Amino acid sequence: MKRKKQYSKTPHDAENSAEKGRRPLLFGLVFGILFGFLLHKGGATKYDIIVAQLLLTDFTVLKIMLSAIVTGMIGIYFMKSMGWIKLSLKSGSIGKNVIGALIFGVGFAVLGYCPGTIAGAIGNGYLDAIVGGLAGIILGTWIFAVMYPKLKDGILKKGDFGDISLPGLFKVNDWVVVVPAAALIVLVLFLIEKAGY
Amino acid sequence: METFISVLTDTFWSPYAAGIGIGILSWLSFLISGKPIATSTTFARAGGMIENLITGGKAEQRPYYKKIKLSIDWQWMLVSGVVLGSFLSAIISGDFQVGVWVPSLWASAFGDSTVLRVVVALAGGIILGFGARFGDGCTSGHGISGTLQLAVSSWVSVIFFFIGGVIAAHLIYFVIA
Repeated sequence: MKRKKQYSKTPHDAENSAEKGRRPLLFGLVFGILFGFLLHKGGATKYDIIVAQLLLTDFTVLKIMLSAIVTGMIGIYFMKSMGWIKLSLKSGSIGKNVIGALIFGVGFAVLGYCPGTIAGAIGNGYLDAIVGGLAGIILGTWIFAVMYPKLKDGILKKGDFGDISLPGLFKVNDWVVVVPAAALIVLVLFLIEKAGY
Repeated sequence: METFISVLTDTFWSPYAAGIGIGILSWLSFLISGKPIATSTTFARAGGMIENLITGGKAEQRPYYKKIKLSIDWQWMLVSGVVLGSFLSAIISGDFQVGVWVPSLWASAFGDSTVLRVVVALAGGIILGFGARFGDGCTSGHGISGTLQLAVSSWVSVIFFFIGGVIAAHLIYFVIA
């Protein structure tokens, strides 16, 4: 133990840890580039495709989301069962996840982009995203930050249910939820295709 | 014949290919960075940093900015990467848009006024940004990363994102227009 401590004080190791400190940021950039590339290829960086989903005339956005969820879910729960990763669940409440989500949904329809897809729309060159939407989103988050002290112990806590997962809620083994959820999502996608969307 | 290069220069892929790709990306993000893919906190950090620039550091005092910490972090790099990645895909597939202010679906209902579209986009952005922080996540953080972890908060959120969005979109296009 003592020897290890000594080594970590050498300039060479200090340099190494600085290098390590930058690497996570580089991975963030690389994952972002891949995410943006896939969002564009899927068509999700376009107002017309996003709003057509909300008008229920084009199901591209739902197809992207559901196939990402089913793929991601199986891999994430496999890696969790192997002990390779830990889940990162957000704590929830009715105030946040119903009221907040409804406000978000209205903004989603009015703007026609969401925070991830607007970054993609900016890369795609859409000027309403750059000049109108980006400025609006930043302003909206700032208004929230100003109001936060008044909201945090009130509406945001209303109907608090903590950071639970569906398997935790039903008190069952993870796979008892993962397998039927995956089957259900595949069935929904199949029905969307069969209905001709 | 489809070659590897021609696949990269296609403007559109099957939504399933894009979705499965994003799902695999979420594995890598958890495994390598230990983080779910999410984007909206970055916009909040940007807002705080701008307030800091204008007021000479007063935003640091706001409890919300103390909570999320105003720094260029992993997620900030991810969002920057999304802009780059989409730009890259658009450029190599000849889909980069030059001078497009008004989306065609919008124009079909509300005309091609740039000012109207930008004002509505600004208003929509304000509602979206406020809602994203109120709901503690967006279509990526809750809609994909949270749902694939089977988080109750995220499934509730994504259902209400779409309830709000579908109702508002129908009002905009069938009542207001």
